[in-house]
Parts: sequence; structure tokens; C-alpha cells
Amino acid sequence: MKFAVVRFPGSNCDRDLYNAAVKVGAKAEYVDYRETSLDDFDGVLIPGGFSFGDYLRTGAMAGVAPITKSIKKAADEDKPVLGICNGFQILTEIGLLPGALIHNTGHTFISRNESLKIVNNNTGFTKNHAENEDVVYPIAHGEGCYYCTDETYEELKDNNQIILTYNENPNGSIGDIAGIINKRGNVLGMMPHPERALEAVLGSDDGLRLFENIKSWEENHDTVR
Amino acid sequence: MTQFVEPTETDIKEQELYKEMGLTDAEYDKVVSILGRQPNYTEIGIFSVMWSEHCSYKHSKPFLGQFPTSGEQVLMGPGEGAGVVDIGDNQAVVFKVESHNHPSAVEPYQGAATGVGGIVRDIVSMGAQPIGLLNSLRFGELTNRNNRRLLRGVVSGIGGYGNSIGIPTVSGEVEFDPFYDTNPLVNAMCVGLIDHDKIQKGTAKGVGNKVVYVGLKTGRDGIHGASFASEELSEDSEAKRPSVQIGDPFTGRKLMEATLKAIDMPELVGIQDMGAAGLTSSSSEMAAKGDSGITLYLDKVPTREDGISPYEMMLSETQERMLLVVEDGSENKFLDLFDDMELDSAVIGEVTDNDRLLLYYEEDLYADIPVQPLSEEAPVYILEGQEPKEDAERGDYSNEDLDAVFKSLISHPTMASKDFIFEQYDNQVGANTIQKSGFGPGIVRVEGTNKAISMTIDGKSRYVYADPYNGGKEVVAQAFRNIIATGATPLGMTDCLNYGSPEKPEIYNQLDESTKGMAEACRALQTPVVSGNVSLYNETKTASILPTPVIGMVGLIEDIEFLKSDKLSEGDSVYLVGDLKKQFQGSQIEKLIDGEIRKTVREIDLELEYKRGILLKDMFVSGDIHKIAPLGRGGLIVKLAQLANHYNLGMDIDIDVRGDLLFSESASNYVVVAPGGLNIEGAAEIGKISGNAFKVSAQNFNVDYDLEEINAALKGAIPECMSSVD
Repeated sequence: MKFAVVRFPGSNCDRDLYNAAVKVGAKAEYVDYRETSLDDFDGVLIPGGFSFGDYLRTGAMAGVAPITKSIKKAADEDKPVLGICNGFQILTEIGLLPGALIHNTGHTFISRNESLKIVNNNTGFTKNHAENEDVVYPIAHGEGCYYCTDETYEELKDNNQIILTYNENPNGSIGDIAGIINKRGNVLGMMPHPERALEAVLGSDDGLRLFENIKSWEENHDTVR
Repeated sequence: MTQFVEPTETDIKEQELYKEMGLTDAEYDKVVSILGRQPNYTEIGIFSVMWSEHCSYKHSKPFLGQFPTSGEQVLMGPGEGAGVVDIGDNQAVVFKVESHNHPSAVEPYQGAATGVGGIVRDIVSMGAQPIGLLNSLRFGELTNRNNRRLLRGVVSGIGGYGNSIGIPTVSGEVEFDPFYDTNPLVNAMCVGLIDHDKIQKGTAKGVGNKVVYVGLKTGRDGIHGASFASEELSEDSEAKRPSVQIGDPFTGRKLMEATLKAIDMPELVGIQDMGAAGLTSSSSEMAAKGDSGITLYLDKVPTREDGISPYEMMLSETQERMLLVVEDGSENKFLDLFDDMELDSAVIGEVTDNDRLLLYYEEDLYADIPVQPLSEEAPVYILEGQEPKEDAERGDYSNEDLDAVFKSLISHPTMASKDFIFEQYDNQVGANTIQKSGFGPGIVRVEGTNKAISMTIDGKSRYVYADPYNGGKEVVAQAFRNIIATGATPLGMTDCLNYGSPEKPEIYNQLDESTKGMAEACRALQTPVVSGNVSLYNETKTASILPTPVIGMVGLIEDIEFLKSDKLSEGDSVYLVGDLKKQFQGSQIEKLIDGEIRKTVREIDLELEYKRGILLKDMFVSGDIHKIAPLGRGGLIVKLAQLANHYNLGMDIDIDVRGDLLFSESASNYVVVAPGGLNIEGAAEIGKISGNAFKVSAQNFNVDYDLEEINAALKGAIPECMSSVD
């Protein structure tokens, strides 16, 4: 399994994500946002950070970057696409996931270890988790409040697209949503940082299984389908 | 020179325009004698910033000379962008602390943000990858609305820059005291990691080598920022808002990445960040260090708009810029790299052998200044200090309502939980943070190894005010205690000296005595000073700030194995290491009850300090003891409450001393948690970790609270203040 770690100017979790992929035994390569093909890769990882400074709107500039078309193509080809934090914001911006991420209701940036629930363990990303298992991943965001229309929210629930929820909602997200998947089950966006939760000495190793799951993507994705 | 309308040489002299720039008559005369003629507008501007306190240390140089700066582990002491200490295996840490007090007072968000940006560039320009940020903040009390505004702005500024550039903020300390009303202190520290062979110097050598500019286009922002930072704040300071620089962390991140790539290119000769005094200090300091001259063609400098004069260009403090000297012929390699990183860059000059800083704009010469005198002949002032009168001592508070004192102290923002602040900083980006802001130093693992760096920042200004000499020792000792408490061996320190106006004899005395004490402590505790910064003239309408030397210290943890489990648990014994002496001068109980700081002698034994610290550290590393917590503000009982809150564990403590001594802030004391019956030199077992209550009893004083009440007081204090609306 070879992953592309897409790098935008202002990405700052790119190295952490690269290290996470390598740690579970996958291959990884950085891909510049000006590239136009991801055909050589089996999966796409979109890191956190502040792409293009996020001065206009989170993910807005990244959403029109040259690499975007190939991210969409990879999604169409059923490759796993994982967007974390700014990566999640970008995935909603380019329409691969519904809804949007807006300012935390408390108006401040929040960085801490957060207790979360894996509410759908029947995906290629979460297969090795128990149903409703609690995990701890760090969060670090100022604009992580998930927002969508009532209609979309009902649809997300009906299709089991809500993957991860906060046990104590830190940012005002609708339905405590911390992470959602597309209908097809191969594009996951989440605000929390599993790539920072790979070792107990760093506070949590709960993120390890997520990366182990996507390393064996084909096997896992096929069995759940 | 007709392109720009500027005062003439005669105007400058006759209208004494140099005074507005912060130069005295004598300093102007010195400039005339160095140049052998009257300076023009660009030249006098350059001298004024280079000779500002901020750049020249003209009032503090003699004090800084006392600090020990060498040691086996020191690879580079003060003089470059930051100091470097060895951590073995060809790796080293680079660190420095710097103040951004004045800008933060008038524009808290940008002042703090650019403070972070500036210190990051200092570390990066040494060739190091930043791995941790720390900050030490001082504000007036949060009951005052303006102080709340300043806190809000400073914290979001630190977060806004640090979170975006992607360096974890792993530790910090914050104190609230009326002495900082309207003059907050914002000291930012950065720690970086480097391989020995990558260490860079800010030097310009090799005739014909090219000077390359990279980063944001130069604008008119921050002109005279360094001079502004070197004067007293006044009612006019609001008008100095244009002297505050604007941060751009997005460009800052690109510049950091580009710089670290440029450093791998063998054709790089020298590099320096354009910080205070921007293009002026970077170019002239590099030339001075390389024993060279520099000629700049200022029309080549990327600018944000047309018509920026050489004077404005040289004094601008536009952020996110670096100046490089590269081998002649290699410049296009660097320009290509910067193009690829989407940064503005240009060749703006070259190194010469004529010992002069020559500034051209198109055909015209705008400055011709000998390089060495500009940096070397800055005036140094040695003034007379005046020792204050000693106060009568108060060694007994046992008749006070100590229960009320306890509740007040744990509900005061200085001692309360700082989660409200620390949670606004990304603590974990980089995925190497073992211990983050909250309780004790930050600990960051050295990626790819089993080693970690422990880093702390601390300052105890009330002690320094009470007794500058011994208080100076104590601030260094406090940082030392923090570091050993993580199981790390202290390696070295950086200092930021925040004081009032040195022209006031009592302030001068504080500087003199406290630095003497600090130097002594550095020697005794084997923590050489490898970098530092001075911020004087921290004055407000009514008073000087407290003398606030802030110490940043780093230590090495050889093997993180012992940190892998947090061993504190129910049934563990609690020990007090040290003696609770009747030492209340500079304490929080004195502040609360008497509202003053008594100037009396604070005792500290540095030999004992070192011995005890190393002993405890070794016992912690070997696993014999489970937790070390140095006592600090509020004394023993406040530390116990903070521990109980942090670990959410109850305590049952019984100590046979006079009740008020639980609030004593005497030196070299620790709380230690370990299995019962342990023999620790100088320690007494005083109770147990137990249950869900916080129980402490001493002579004529005891408290008994639900743990939840303690947690609510400590956690709620700052949010409660911040949500008040008056």
C-alpha cells in the first residue's frame, strides 16, 4: 500500500501523517499541491495545518489547487482518502464530503486530548474497533464545528456515515460529529488527530488501529462492502 | 538625492531630529566623530536603531558580562541568534527567549504573534528545526477590563502564530499582578534541534559573495520598532501602533521550510533573520562578524509599494524575512529554491573588503558607514544604583484567617489552572510531545531516539523585588528545580531581563544585584547562559514593573523509558523535602494580606539546592519516587491542591508545623510522592494520596474539602474572570 501525503503550503501535520503511515508498515510519499496525478498511489492522506494560511476560508484555496482533481479521481477509483483537521475542511470544501466546518462555538482554538466514540465500526477505516468503542485522539482546531442542513444530517444518520463523535462536544458540532465518511465508504474526514495518538508515552496509542486498517485497505474495505 | 523628500543634514542637527529617534546629544556627537561629518537622514536612522537599548544593550552589557557562558556541553554561547548545547550523538539543542512587551501593550494580538515569529526565526536561522515553544506572560489583575483585553489578545496572538506555523507550544507560565497594569510582559522562547555540522552563523565573508533577500516584501510597518521597544510607554504610545509589526504565519512557515532547505546547500555562507531593526541589523551585524563590508542596492529590495525610501527600508520591521550571504555564482540556485517555495527573493547586494556599509538606491549613495564602529562602538552606560532601605520583617501570619487565605489563593488566576490559556495553543503538533503545558515543564521526545528534551520558563519577580541579589539566585534555582523534577539533567539556560527604566537608581540597583545573584546561581547549578535578551524601560504611568528576570532552561532526559507510566496512585505517601521557614517576603500570602512586598533578605543555599536537586532527579529516574513537584507561589498547601487537581486524587496530610508556614515560600523545597517508608535526605513523610477529599491539618489550621471543590476553584478561576462583564 503506497500513500500520497498531499502537501499544501501551510500544511503542518504532513510529517506526522507520513510518519504514521510508515510506522504501520505502509509506504508513503509527499506530493506537492501543484502535481496533477495521484495514479501511482493506492491511497491519499490529506494532512492538517493551515493550507495557504486559511486566510480566506479554511480549505478554500486548497480546494482550487491543481491536485484537487486527482484527489477526486482517486476517490472515484475507490481508493481510501483520509482528511484530518484541515484535510477534513478541504474534503468538505471540494464536495467529497457534505457539510462544512465553521468556527468553534466558544470562538477560541481548542487543543487537548479528547474522548471520542467510534460509532460505526463497519468501514474499511474502523473495522478493528469495537462498536461504540471509546478512543482518545488529540484535537487542535479553531474551526472544527461541523455544520450541515437538517436534511443532510438525517441522511448522514440514515446511511451510517457518522463515524466518530465527541463524548463531550468541545466545539458545537451538530450531533457531536467529529468525523464522517462518504456514502461509498472510502473518503473519511475527521477533525481529531489519530496520527498524534500512536504511542502511549505521547498520551494515547488509540490512533494506531486506524492506520493499520487502511494499510490493509483492500481486505478491510471489501469485507465491509 | 532628490528622489525622496527628507530632512537634510543641517535640519537633523539644528532641529535635533535625532532626539525623536531616541539618540542623545552626546550620541549624536559620537556619530559625527565616527563618520567625520554630519550624518544624513538614512544614516542617523541606522545609528539610532543600532544604538537603541534593544539592539545595543547599552545599559545592560556590563551585567551580562558576569554570566558564565561556557561548559563542556556548550557548543555556542551568546552572540549569535541563539545558544547551542550538546545532547550527544552529534545532535544539539538551540534555544533563546525574547521579549515583545512594548508591542503587546499597544497591540496585543500582533505584538504577541510577532514575538513568537521572531524567536522562531532566530532558531531557524541557526539551522535548527524548532521542536517547542514556551512563553512567560505577565498581566495586571483580571478584575481590570483592560487586562482581560490584553490577555485575550496576547493568548490568541501566540496561538494564532504558533498553531499556524506548526510548532507545539509545550510549556508556559502566567502571573497576574497589579505591577504589570498596562505594561504586560510577553516573553517567548523557542527550542530547536540541530545536527552539530549544520550549525550556521550570521556572517558575511568572501569578497564578491552575494547578499540574498528572502521573505515578505518590505513595507512601511514596524519602522523604529526597536527604538519604540527601548523607551517608556506613555499616553502617546497608542500613537506608536504603526511601530508594531504584523505577523504572517503562513509566510513564516514557508520561510522556515525554505531556510532549512537552504541550509543544506553548501554554497550558503551566512544567514541572519531580519528581526529588530530589520535590514539594518542583519546586514551590518553579518558584515561586522565577517570582518567585511557590505554594499546594498536598495532599489532591488522587494517592496510592497513604490516610493519606500532607503531610510524607511532600512528601518522597516516587516516580518518573515531572512538575509543570506551565498557564494558568488550560486545565487540562482537559491533564488530558484525560493521561487519553488513561492517566496519573494532577490539579490540585493554583495560582500566587499572595504569595511563599510554602503547603501545605494539606483545611482545615488544614501549611506556610507564604517561597519565595526556601528556595532562595536555603541555607547555603554554605567550608572549609579541605589540600594533600597530594608523593611521590617513579618514572619508570622498565624493569626490570620488561613482558611480564607487558602481559598483566595487557589481561586486567584496566578495559582489557578491555566487550561483556559494553554488549550488555545496547539500542544502536540509534531507528534513528539510527552508532557505539555499544564503541570511542570514541556517534554518533547527527540524524534527517532529514546531521548527527550525537558524545557521550562519561569520567573519569580516578587522575590527579586524583595531581595534582588538572592531573588536573582532564586529565579535560576526555580527553573533548575522544574527541570530536575522531570528527571532531566539541566544543560543550560537563556534569560530575558525585564525591568523598569535603568535611569532610575533603584531599578539600576535591581539590575545590578539580581544579575549578580543569577550569575552565582548559574555557576553553582552548572547551567551556563547561552543566549538572552533585555527589555528595559517597562514603565507605566504610576510605577515601574517588578524586576522580572525570566529564565528559560533546557535539560536532557537520556531515556524516556521511566516516563512511560504515570505511577502516582492511591496509597502513595506524600513527602515534604526541605524546611518551611518563616520566609514570607515576596510571597502570595503577603500580597493578599499586606498588599506590599517587604524588602528583606531571602535565604537560599545554592550548594544544598544543587545537591538536593540532583539527588531527587536520580531517585525519580530510577523509579524510587513517583513525582517531584517544586514548591512555588502560595507555598506547600497550594502545591498540594494543584497536585490533587492535576491528578484528580485526594490527599490526607498531617504536618506538625505552625499553620501559616504552609504558605511560606522559602527556597529549595519540594513535594515528593513515593511509596511509604522511603528514606530521602531532608524529607519528612507528611501524609498519603487517599480518597476523594483534600484534607490538610497543621497546628491551629486545617482544611477539609471535597476534591471537587478544590478542582472547581482551580479550574474555574480564570474562565470566571474572563466572562465577567464590567
